[in-house]
Amino acid sequence: MTLAAELSGNGNGSSPEKLLAPVLSAFWDQPESWTLETYRRHDGYEGLRKALAMSPDDLIAYVKDSGLRGRGGAGFPTGMKWQFIPQGDGKPHYLVVNADESEPGTCKDIPLLFANPHSLIEGIVIACYAIRSSHAFIYLRGEVVPVLRRLHEAVREAYAAGYLGKDILGSGLDLELTVHAGAGAYICGEETALLDSLEGRRGQPRLRPPFPAVAGLYACPTVVNNVESIASVPAILTRGKDWFKSMGSEKSPGFTLYSLSGHVANPGQFEAPLGITLRQLLDMSGGMRPGHRLKFWTPGGSSTPMFTDEHLDVPLDYEGVGAAGSMLGTKALQCFDETTCVVRAVTRWTEFYAHESCGKCTPCREGTYWLVQLLRDIEAGKGAMGDLDKLNDIADNINGKSFCALGDGAAAPIFSSLKYFRAEYEQHITGRGCPFDPAKSTLWADGPHRTTEVNA
Amino acid sequence: MTETTPTSLGMPQLPAPDFPADVRARLEADAKEVIARYPDSRSALLPLLHLVQSEEGHVSRTGMRFCAEMLDLTTAEVTAVATFYTMYRRKPSGDYQVGVCTNTLCAVMGGDAIFDELKRHLGVGNDETTTDGKVTLEHIECNAACDFAPVVMVNWEFFDNQTPESAKRLVDDLRAGRPVEPTRGAPLCTYKETARILAGFPDERPGAVAASGGAGPASLVGLRLAKGEAPHPRVVHPRGEGPRDEPQPGAQHLSSHDAPQQTSASDPAHPAGPVDEEGE
Repeated sequence: MTLAAELSGNGNGSSPEKLLAPVLSAFWDQPESWTLETYRRHDGYEGLRKALAMSPDDLIAYVKDSGLRGRGGAGFPTGMKWQFIPQGDGKPHYLVVNADESEPGTCKDIPLLFANPHSLIEGIVIACYAIRSSHAFIYLRGEVVPVLRRLHEAVREAYAAGYLGKDILGSGLDLELTVHAGAGAYICGEETALLDSLEGRRGQPRLRPPFPAVAGLYACPTVVNNVESIASVPAILTRGKDWFKSMGSEKSPGFTLYSLSGHVANPGQFEAPLGITLRQLLDMSGGMRPGHRLKFWTPGGSSTPMFTDEHLDVPLDYEGVGAAGSMLGTKALQCFDETTCVVRAVTRWTEFYAHESCGKCTPCREGTYWLVQLLRDIEAGKGAMGDLDKLNDIADNINGKSFCALGDGAAAPIFSSLKYFRAEYEQHITGRGCPFDPAKSTLWADGPHRTTEVNA
Repeated sequence: MTETTPTSLGMPQLPAPDFPADVRARLEADAKEVIARYPDSRSALLPLLHLVQSEEGHVSRTGMRFCAEMLDLTTAEVTAVATFYTMYRRKPSGDYQVGVCTNTLCAVMGGDAIFDELKRHLGVGNDETTTDGKVTLEHIECNAACDFAPVVMVNWEFFDNQTPESAKRLVDDLRAGRPVEPTRGAPLCTYKETARILAGFPDERPGAVAASGGAGPASLVGLRLAKGEAPHPRVVHPRGEGPRDEPQPGAQHLSSHDAPQQTSASDPAHPAGPVDEEGE
């Protein structure tokens, strides 16, 4: 524990205890953290009791007042999404939780659901009470069976304890919750593609309007929320909206999960008030791996324009990251050091977008395909200088011209890497190949003694 | 396993054969349970495709016919869906699906080297199965575990912080029938058994839910710092691997997972341009 003393002993108010704010992750280190019993020991389902004591409309207003914004990438106010659901329309209403976490670099919802699935289930009951829904769905990506097991078990526990089913806690609220496993398609993270997929179709996005709040699942009013957004609601009710607003900024209040990955000394999850900086996170966690420098990073997954070491002090909230030319996205902080070839990174991301493009609209389907062809040539030393402008052109013909945000996401790494690292692309062309050695980027490149190592 | 691709002579395919009566009766009971979970029966299609995959190890024409009949859809409608999603296998494959993440972050952290080494070690390419029918190797996209990179998934259980050596031992253990436990997840079951969980039938094995404990070490780094504890050092060599100094085979490749990198101009086999490998 001497390292902790060193880390917290810098005395300038930047200690991890002050900068971090574990809420959803607060008891992940407890034995059997995923069980109902552990959850109850940590104020579990107390938020639901408070919510059920309010009227649904007051509850929506309360969540809106808290300022909670969507944690899935777009940052739309959660309470406002709930408010858009027409009431008294005689149609069933649905809540669909987007647990299709697939954005490259994003790894917050999966550990959250693995360690603390009940926070999501409690949030779901609260949200359904607010929007007058009696059937909710969790659309979990299929490739995470350990999480699926715990969700199955948590839902079983919640039914047995009377948090789901008929007349929940004597409130008169009836709610069915269905856990639905996807089958491998990044596009299903897009909310309307997710709804089509949940209806048993190919996951392709729908034209909007009508928005899901009007015509969503089975053409009924539907709220689609990210896992972390919904899981944050119980704590807001238990501890109050003022507590929530005391963290972060006026427009970006509250706490959130930041996921640090890549060439850092200690990758992992860091729950903190919105607005922390990458420099603060790196300082407290041991920085980049020893002997290396940060080269580029994404603030919120591969679909958010990349940053460089110039941006270490950008406040990681919706406004701060936006003002610096990117998006907060999913707060997936993928950090790459100077051993990493940016062309290789962007090529691989682009291959991903081409593979995951659903094929519905031409700019994305064709554009991502041709980006891959150009990038592979450049990476292999077979590119021409004119290819760089062509890359920009194609990306420009995808960005904002595609049916959904997948296309915009595909363009983001192209634009941003050309902006910051055009010289590196040119080097691949003039040098007829990649000047980097990929072996130097691996986890084991610097030998086993580069970090304070333990055996598994 | 060698696959013979059926040659189409322009004749329409005959309807697929049905499951044997006893299998059909069992699957029908399961299917009805799945369908009852949804307000609209068609929503059960993805789970039902997982269900037929749990019977045969892949989604066959027989399986698609079964889904169509249960949901009152055409086989064309079911085929359209089954071919959209990557988790539905289109041909018989191994008991253990070993997926190496080669999306950017894992690839850079060593996923490319792991994938190359496994291809060499097993003597198979992407989406191919070892001759003993045990292991199907494939490269996969980001699996939401970037703080545990490089990641390998076996039957969709997490094997975190892998190296070429640990991954080779992993597949050797799988082929030898030795018990294998993921870093996060339950002791491995077969691919068919995994597909049944995906269809929405909880894993009934005692201890399966609790297996491997709570959050993984990386998930707890921030929490421990917030509590004034030192960050737990990252596990560099899981599964007891010793240090190595020699460069990793295959580490020199660029985009190894899709090599060779050909354009339409340079690839006479595909005059209209290379198609995506899943499309071939």
